[in-house]
Amino acid sequence: MGNSHMIRANGIKKNYGARTVLNGIDFIAEQKKITYILGSSGGGKSTLLKILIGALKPDDGQVLYRDMDITKLRGTGLDPFRKKIGMLFQQGALLNSLTVGENISLPIREHTPLDDNIIKIMVKMKLELVGLRDFEDLYPGQLSGGMQKRVALARALALDPEVVFFDEPTSGLDPIASSVITKLISDLNRVLGITCIVVTHAVEEAMKIANKIVILYKGAVLAEGTPAEIRGSSDPIVQQFITGSPDGPISFHASSRDFREDLLVE
Amino acid sequence: MKVEITTEKINAGFLLKLKGDVDMNSSSDVRTAMAEIFKQGRSGMKALLIDLSQVRYMDSSGIATLVEGMQNCLKTGARLRLCELSPPVRDVFELARLASVFEIFPTITDASSGL
Repeated sequence: MGNSHMIRANGIKKNYGARTVLNGIDFIAEQKKITYILGSSGGGKSTLLKILIGALKPDDGQVLYRDMDITKLRGTGLDPFRKKIGMLFQQGALLNSLTVGENISLPIREHTPLDDNIIKIMVKMKLELVGLRDFEDLYPGQLSGGMQKRVALARALALDPEVVFFDEPTSGLDPIASSVITKLISDLNRVLGITCIVVTHAVEEAMKIANKIVILYKGAVLAEGTPAEIRGSSDPIVQQFITGSPDGPISFHASSRDFREDLLVE
Repeated sequence: MKVEITTEKINAGFLLKLKGDVDMNSSSDVRTAMAEIFKQGRSGMKALLIDLSQVRYMDSSGIATLVEGMQNCLKTGARLRLCELSPPVRDVFELARLASVFEIFPTITDASSGL
């Protein structure tokens, strides 16, 4: 097996009760590339992300980080993998009782024996990467939503990860703050060679910076390819998704049962 | 991978040679070696030269260790000069916008001149 993949999903399946959320997902996120996983709400993106980072076990299938199957690992067995990845959570997940600098230094203190002065220098370097070096002593509550996301990104970079996962990185941000985050993802990939895996429904953002786009629909990979290939797809579902049209094969109704049947059958 | 560290006394002060990866597992060893140099060279050390020709990877903890070395040099009036950076390490310095913070020389001979 070649090693150009950083993360490889093979046949990922997940059910919640009788509901199938993921029904055999296959895709490759290549090293030093930006892969966007797109899908509508409820399409299985968040479940897939949890499986990719080892937070949730699939019912079937593998997730390979290089050649290590992380679905086979439990508890502290996942530590070597977790030290190599960073995660930007949708809500940032900063600790409000700690300063910006303390938030960023937390994973370094937890996972390394490095001296305080070295950590202090590292924090300055991480903040410089996200353009917030002057904000080290402020608390998250004193920052805008966009700045909090940048701080959370600096924290995700604290341990020099090879791959960073982004969960809806621009969700809830204004257009300018969204553009700043999108540019940062692009810069981190280009400058530091970090493999970026972005889970989102923000199509335009993906079209701007992705090397590869994977579209999920009804728990399966509907389409994958470069932004140009996705734009050029003749699949009506892909076209509806990327244009955001309310009319098309993607139904507004998420229910599988007929409404009349649902109302009338006891 | 462990980093191999050798220290040589030179006319202007010390030459520190590193071989291997300088990362979160090994940067503390580099820090210890530098602390020993600063202890030995407390009086009269004009410069600390660091040969990075055999370093293929340096993470942010490695760079932070060199920044701390620079801080210590500034306190004592000594110069810290980096030389023979391999292309990947040079990239890291440029990306971290630290290429202008350090004095960087192509060879040890160049780094030794003018001290």
